[in-house]
Amino acid sequence: MFDTLTDRLSSVFRNLRGKTRLTDADIEATTREIRLALLEADVNLTVVKEFIQAVRERAKGAQIHAALNPAQQILQIVNEELIEILGGAARPLRYAKKPPTVILLAGLQGSGKTTLAGKLGTWLKAQGHSPLLVAADLQRPNAVTQLQVVGERAGVQVFAPEPGNGIGDPVAVAKAGVGFAETKLYDVVVVDTAGRLGIDDELMRQAADIRAAVNPDEVLFVVDAMIGQDAVNTAKAFAEGVGFDAVVLSKLDGDARGGAALSIAKVTGKPIMFASNGEGLDDFDAFYPDRMASRILDMGDLLTLIEQAQKTFDAEQSAKAAQKLLQGKGEFGLDDFLQQMQAVRKMGPLSKILGMMPGMGQVKDQIAGIDEREIDRIEAIIYSMTPAERANPKMLDGSRRARIAAGSGTKVSDVNSLVNRFFDARKMMQSMAGSIPGMARKQAPQAQKKRKSGNKVSGNPARRAGKAPTPVTAPASGSAFGQPAAISEAELTKQLGEFQLPPELQQLFNPKNTGPR
Amino acid sequence: MENYFWYVLAGVALVLVVAAVTIIVGNRRALPPGQSPAELPASGDEPTETEPAEPVVAAAEQAAVEPERPEAPESRLARLRRRLSASSNPFARGLLSILSAETLDEATWEDLEASLITADLGVGPTSELIDALRAELSIAGNADAARAKAVLRSELLRLVGPDDNRGLNLTGADGLPGVILVVGVNGTGKTTTIGKLARVLVAQDHSLVLAAADTFRAAAAEQLKTWGDRVGVEVVRGPEGGDPASVAFDAVAKGIADGVDVVVVDTAGRLHTKTGLMDELGKIKRVIERKVPVTEVLLVIDATTGQNGLAQARVFAEVVDVTGIVLTKLDGSAKGGIIVPVQRELGVPVKLVGLGEGADDLAPFEAEAFVDALLEES
Repeated sequence: MFDTLTDRLSSVFRNLRGKTRLTDADIEATTREIRLALLEADVNLTVVKEFIQAVRERAKGAQIHAALNPAQQILQIVNEELIEILGGAARPLRYAKKPPTVILLAGLQGSGKTTLAGKLGTWLKAQGHSPLLVAADLQRPNAVTQLQVVGERAGVQVFAPEPGNGIGDPVAVAKAGVGFAETKLYDVVVVDTAGRLGIDDELMRQAADIRAAVNPDEVLFVVDAMIGQDAVNTAKAFAEGVGFDAVVLSKLDGDARGGAALSIAKVTGKPIMFASNGEGLDDFDAFYPDRMASRILDMGDLLTLIEQAQKTFDAEQSAKAAQKLLQGKGEFGLDDFLQQMQAVRKMGPLSKILGMMPGMGQVKDQIAGIDEREIDRIEAIIYSMTPAERANPKMLDGSRRARIAAGSGTKVSDVNSLVNRFFDARKMMQSMAGSIPGMARKQAPQAQKKRKSGNKVSGNPARRAGKAPTPVTAPASGSAFGQPAAISEAELTKQLGEFQLPPELQQLFNPKNTGPR
Repeated sequence: MENYFWYVLAGVALVLVVAAVTIIVGNRRALPPGQSPAELPASGDEPTETEPAEPVVAAAEQAAVEPERPEAPESRLARLRRRLSASSNPFARGLLSILSAETLDEATWEDLEASLITADLGVGPTSELIDALRAELSIAGNADAARAKAVLRSELLRLVGPDDNRGLNLTGADGLPGVILVVGVNGTGKTTTIGKLARVLVAQDHSLVLAAADTFRAAAAEQLKTWGDRVGVEVVRGPEGGDPASVAFDAVAKGIADGVDVVVVDTAGRLHTKTGLMDELGKIKRVIERKVPVTEVLLVIDATTGQNGLAQARVFAEVVDVTGIVLTKLDGSAKGGIIVPVQRELGVPVKLVGLGEGADDLAPFEAEAFVDALLEES
């Protein structure tokens, strides 16, 4: 839909090469783009204004660094500022000197408090504490039951004296819960409360009463990462009404850019302590300001991609596959390909994964056009081969191909094209791998690439004639990818931050760009 | 086929390379664990759908099988108008105080743009609105507040799209029940909306069956059952963790057998980015349609949602062909402006709005009332 901030800034700065200092005009030109990017990420307008002001101050008179173009330089400033706000007050969870430690959860309806209670329980238990969950959400139908089920799954005790559904006094329950923990020697009490609106005075007062009754060591404000401009009003209302000590961002596993995090951190000055990013009880983690900054700026979330890869990929298996591929002796077979492809698909829709790769902005449209069903067909074809055929596709003769086509419900021409593309691609990937930093292999002959493109074009003349290929931005000009500045895994960033779509791959998208069939 | 193959290959290659580099680097330096999503949930609970119910529906009423007749739609709209124009709505007041300024200078325009953006209208529709307003007012020269208001109203109305058919399609073909499928991301208030909707339908003398096809979240079926019991509506449920499509199928089969008018299917909240869960949703719809066509697919969007709402709507529309939108939690301080870009892009009308925690706080959406409410001064 929208280009990334990087792309936008690059276009602003297209004619700026050779300057040694950012002028006011340059800065003004970028300000609007940054503003739009932040607003699209749901950062609150007031916060955006202040933020832009700060960036402007810093950008003025900044020397243009030899190694960075102006766009990258401004981005770096923006990124640093973002991280500063997001991570300014980070701190670990405070435990009471005299147990039990009381943690109170508060937030809007549907922000994920009950789920978070379960996650906190699991996490605390793993840290060697013995947590108790207190069901003080007596309002939503069966919230108490939900907490009980969650507690059971987490293996954590739940204190639920009242059935809920509008019956019972949450203040009394919360107080009794803490008392129960004291007698039974639970050392952390997590109090789940009902969702409430910031403008609902009565319920806010009730929340304040609960707070007064249990005297919590931490009040956590749970907020949905998808929240929009209203985040600030809500956060302020809760800060005034109940008062909170830290923020938990939930539903970060979606694709919301999460600008609310910035708004809340800036307006309330409270740290964001945890990020909740999935439906499993252990999908719960500390908050990383640097990644959030990249996310808000939509800078290609490489670290998240890597992590997903780590989580889903069998490291040994991929290492082996990569090894095979790099050795280039034709050992990388369709079985390895299938394995890797499935691992990739486990991480999410392919278009999403590719979108996360930096430098892929140029081929965004094609990526968006990927139809997962076509990938299913590729899988079907490979599944219709014998293991021996998968390992060594060279042995596929005409009769084998006919059998495979029949077995997978495709045409022989489909099988042919898959096998041929696979061979081409294998060669190409081998040469490509050489160009990636950190991989020791040197570039393979470029001739292959040339020949391959030729093949592809002639391979399907009829279809190609029908639709004129829309040329993608030329590789050299389009891939200005500003690396995120202060990413903690500096080493990794250094290697990957400069990663651009390799020319071979960009090439790949060019002649093939005939759109989805 | 071969096009896709290249994309797939590119993806595999890139990720493979990333994985390889990671392994190389990872040997030297272990990455800290972080916010990594993507895995389909293996087990566990789902983010809470903490839409509260009516605080205390008196015990007597809970026992009653027939609910009292819900408020007439007109009075609900009046309430919507009241709430939207309450003092907590800086949007409405802001717009008018801005527009009643003597002259419209750059700063004023900027303020105007700001207030629209603050309502989550999105940058695109906002610029569109501002441009149209500017063009309109520049023709007339110096504009007074009344005129500005009229122009703004018509522009907003155009963006919200007043002409769409906003009725719920409840009638199935050939005497078969109509099927309403309710979908959305986690915690937007699907179950609560269904509870309120069930009350409305019962009060309109429809017979109905509810399907608790949210077999994933802890106690979701119980939550729906509580709602169903309040109005004496049967809830078809399956085992927790069971196949939601089969629950939906059973409910529809039961609906046909009992000859009810409407079957309302509750689904588990799912983030639109989770392919597996979206596939599951597609399956639920396909399976239902083996019995009867789904007459209405309602996407529930939370008014607090920001620009991500557009992405949600887009994906859900693609998977289950959304026919209407329910905007919930409009009683808060959020303005729900996100429906403007959603309607603009998908052309799917908002059909219902959720206005609060009471069991009757569900109203039909009316564009004119909505826009008027936005513009009215308190």
